[in-house]
Amino acid sequence: MANVIKLKKGLDIPLEGQPNARTIDAAACEYYALVPDDFHGIVPKVLVKAGDAVSVGTPLMCDKNNPALRFVSPVSGEVSAVTRGERRKVLDITVKSDGQMTQSATPATKPVGDLSADEIKELLLANGLFMFIKQRPYDIIATPTDTPRDIFVTAWDSAPLAPDFDYILAGREADLQTGIDVLCKLTAGSVYLGIRNGSPIHIKGAQTVAFEGRHPAGNVGVQIQHIAPVNKGETVWTLNAFDLLLIGRFFRTGKLDFSRTVALTGSEVKSPCYVRTILGARLDSIVGDNLIPADYHRRYISGNVLTGVHASEHDYLRAYHSQVTVIPEGDDCHEMLGWALPGFGKYSASRSFFSWLAGRRQYRFDARLHGGERAIIMANEYDKVLPMDILPEFLIKAVIAFDIDKMENLGIYEVAPEDFALCEFVDTSKLPVQAIIREGLDRLRKEMN
Amino acid sequence: MKKLRDCIDKIKPNFMPGGKFAMFRSVFEGFETFLFVPATTSQSGVHIHDNVDSKRTMTIVILALMPALLFGMYNVGYQHYLAIGQLESVGFFTLFFFGLLAVLPKIIVSYVVGLGIEFTVAQWRGHEIQEGFLVSGMLIPMIVPVDTPLWMIAVATAFAVIFAKEVFGGTGMNIFNVALVTRAFLFFAYPSKMSGDAVFVRTSDTFGMGAGQLIDGYSGATPLGQAATHGGGDLVLHNIAGEPLSTLDYIVGLIPGSIGETSLIAILLGAVVLLWTGVASWRVMLSVFVGGLFMSWVAAAFASPVYAGSLLSPIDQICLGGFAFAAVFMATDPVTGARTRTGQYIYGFLIGVIAILIRVYNTGYPEGAMLAVLLMNVFAPLIDYFVVEANIRRRLKRAKR
Repeated sequence: MANVIKLKKGLDIPLEGQPNARTIDAAACEYYALVPDDFHGIVPKVLVKAGDAVSVGTPLMCDKNNPALRFVSPVSGEVSAVTRGERRKVLDITVKSDGQMTQSATPATKPVGDLSADEIKELLLANGLFMFIKQRPYDIIATPTDTPRDIFVTAWDSAPLAPDFDYILAGREADLQTGIDVLCKLTAGSVYLGIRNGSPIHIKGAQTVAFEGRHPAGNVGVQIQHIAPVNKGETVWTLNAFDLLLIGRFFRTGKLDFSRTVALTGSEVKSPCYVRTILGARLDSIVGDNLIPADYHRRYISGNVLTGVHASEHDYLRAYHSQVTVIPEGDDCHEMLGWALPGFGKYSASRSFFSWLAGRRQYRFDARLHGGERAIIMANEYDKVLPMDILPEFLIKAVIAFDIDKMENLGIYEVAPEDFALCEFVDTSKLPVQAIIREGLDRLRKEMN
Repeated sequence: MKKLRDCIDKIKPNFMPGGKFAMFRSVFEGFETFLFVPATTSQSGVHIHDNVDSKRTMTIVILALMPALLFGMYNVGYQHYLAIGQLESVGFFTLFFFGLLAVLPKIIVSYVVGLGIEFTVAQWRGHEIQEGFLVSGMLIPMIVPVDTPLWMIAVATAFAVIFAKEVFGGTGMNIFNVALVTRAFLFFAYPSKMSGDAVFVRTSDTFGMGAGQLIDGYSGATPLGQAATHGGGDLVLHNIAGEPLSTLDYIVGLIPGSIGETSLIAILLGAVVLLWTGVASWRVMLSVFVGGLFMSWVAAAFASPVYAGSLLSPIDQICLGGFAFAAVFMATDPVTGARTRTGQYIYGFLIGVIAILIRVYNTGYPEGAMLAVLLMNVFAPLIDYFVVEANIRRRLKRAKR
């Protein structure tokens, strides 16, 4: 643990609703779902229809361009619906659980040490675990036939109210170690594990790099930048350690188990804590009645407040998320002359409101924009919260203009939308920065292939 | 408050597309968002947003301008009563009130003309009304001499808003600082009215207030004007009553000059507000002062009676004229300035250098701060270009390794 990288830029937004170190079981949940929108870079092809019996590991859909890349059912039971939206786009595939957790996984026949890279890829693909491996450039699900330069895993979620990985890891160190062993087989380069400085994680086989600083120091993209940046023509794979635990567990036990501990957070939660549940579970089974009473609208978020998905209590825990956040919607607040008042209770990363007088306190945020969209006026706002050797404003402008040369030159291959989430938060001009980057990446990928 | 909200909700449909007054939608929305912070919630991307928005940012700048404006009003009265020799017989409030009467019409004209154009253009383009002019409209009256005719301010403001801003796409898109374009327009379109000694002190009465005879030995020349026309011998600057001035007078600011620019103390108060809130870039502000001090030190080191401005000490150069005002409020305009961190140091430094360069070595212009900022506005994208290129080269070099 010699290697500590200290990052100066960034911002920890002081939100109310930090989870306590206490884990409860989620209420029984009948419906689970797979949402194709979670998976970037694939064209979903549904493999089941309503009424089909499925077990844990039965493929529900695959990538049309690469049918080996499968997405499987997290529970056993019966497919209850394949919901389609406009132009027959698949919105979700819901499975009604029978509570049995019958397995149809293809377990490994040898210990991890004896498996070849191809055998491991095959197992990951067949059991629907490959979706957890993403790649830079483009921030999409990795291409199985690639051999990545390096693999980067982040074991630190630094987002607001994020679950503490060290807490979730307790008792599962073997899963993490197995997961790392698996990844080591997939690259000729190194496997890097980015951890929070002071975290007790101890792993063999991977290079551990400790990071210190504010969000987004835990983002894998930021960590890559400071360890070994991605150059044009190179591909690296990235994973979240929360997801790696599922991969490790599968290779260790031979059983497919999509259960995970998620953090239930946010100012609307009565007693924020950790909840044991299964990927794809309906949010109301996780939240239960653990909310403060309210007569206003609330916003359920699968994920954190920066990168999460706007949901309702009838929506589902999305594939990559280990967190559920509930905050007030705020659509009924009409604040008079709010831009002119001193604003003692209003948080701002700048000191434009007098809340800096209050020192370090936590705030109850709602989902309001607090202003209209404008042209980019303020300079250096994005710089302050992006600890990368990237000029965010110029990159964003290049993406808007879709100037491919400029985008490449300014580092588009190194970034993912999540790295720009804080830029979007602090932006005076209220621009949808993450959406701009996402669209830029998708268009660029289409152009280049 | 509830009643007002209900009232707005009731009339709102009339202004929406298809309503009776749909043609005034932008104006209506402008007023609605002025009264109530919009309750729009995020539909994509991040779920929470910082409380700051461009209205708030502009409000902070206006707040930061207040010390200089209020002092400017007082100084207008002070200079007037000094000129008519009645300074001893009138009190603080008379001085201030005289200044208020003299300055207020300029503020009103600037806002009415500028906002009128903004509203019209916003409606025409179907945009929301943008806040940029709230600051420009306050800056304009502060950087003109007190005796500038109102019609000239109106013409210049209209020119600047249309040709320096709207044709480029409105707030955030302009290349030149709008307020300085107004000032430059006045300077070059009406040179006989805008330079010389006659405009910086109001010698006549204002709405019948403060009538009186000019004292003997009165001269309305600003200190920099005196330096520019200095004939030879020792350079001693005088106030309008002919008494010598010291550096302390320049810092306090009871000297003739454009309305908001005279007091270093008031301007620095504004600077504190801008820097503490993080609205303005300290990199730009600091490097303008450094550049100015550096160039005035060079000028003073090679002092020559041919260029009487070089006889002033570096500290005096910084305190006099519009230098400090330009450094704090003009150079820090993020839209027209350099936007990269490294670029901001270069941008600011060159503004400081050029301002003093023009002031000292071009005897045709007693003041160079305005032209320096406008000139560097042109070069700001170029400076950024080189900083961005450096980042690109770093990346390419890394890839080759």
